[in-house]
Amino acid sequence: MENIVQNLQTVPLNHYILFSTLIFSIGVIGVLIRRNMIIMMMSIELMLNAVNLLLAAFSVHHGDSSGQVFVFFIMALAAAEVAVGLAIIIMVYRNTKSVDIDALNKLRW
Amino acid sequence: MSLFYVVALLSTFFALMTIFTKNPVHSVLYLVITFFTFTVHYILLNAQFLAVVNFIVYMGAIMVLFLFVLMLLNMNEDVEPMKSTLVKVMAVIAGCCLFVTVCGALHLFDTQTPLIEKDPSIGLVKNLGQVLFKEFLLPFELSSLLLLTAMVGAVLLAKKEPKRI
Repeated sequence: MENIVQNLQTVPLNHYILFSTLIFSIGVIGVLIRRNMIIMMMSIELMLNAVNLLLAAFSVHHGDSSGQVFVFFIMALAAAEVAVGLAIIIMVYRNTKSVDIDALNKLRW
Repeated sequence: MSLFYVVALLSTFFALMTIFTKNPVHSVLYLVITFFTFTVHYILLNAQFLAVVNFIVYMGAIMVLFLFVLMLLNMNEDVEPMKSTLVKVMAVIAGCCLFVTVCGALHLFDTQTPLIEKDPSIGLVKNLGQVLFKEFLLPFELSSLLLLTAMVGAVLLAKKEPKRI
């Protein structure tokens, strides 16, 4: 335990922000370059995780546990979001026989 | 070299593999490894409750759901038509622009201070449970309602429609 805390104190808060931004950007790129709906949802999960890690880091930095409670609520929300999203994907697949996002281009205005 | 940088490198690598692998099943497996590295990050932050919840909810529940859907839709081969190269390059440039913008904004602040843990016991299950059930009792109960709604919605959406006559 003491070792972990010692280890932590050498990392600037800056690097946590940079790392979370990097993972978030990777998630954004994943949403933009893929056409498979399931992989797009996985990229969204990646973005949510990056934000969670940053919230936890700030919570530890400020010594306030509200941030970690908030991360817990985001995780519950992510579980609900994934369940509904995958149900929608299954319904779309049943109607169009593909998980290509372009199968839904009639939703465009 | 601090353990943080090693784990950060690993999670970045596996996140990249997640979005660039063609086979969806491999993509899900890389995402599982990415979430595992996030769990290690939480342990490094001494947020043990979040580490356990991340391990159970993300790696256990959500990833099994993804794998089940991939299995149901029978997509374990590379059938995905990829976007054109121009769109891909533009997407990567857009993502890099986002990264550079946030990094540029970061330089306006003085955040070089090392991460000092003021209260090392903040992320333990005991303390977090106290906060969760004293200050955040109503949102906690509401989140159970949210999960119930999501469950009913998912069952309703994924159910087969009855044949029309």
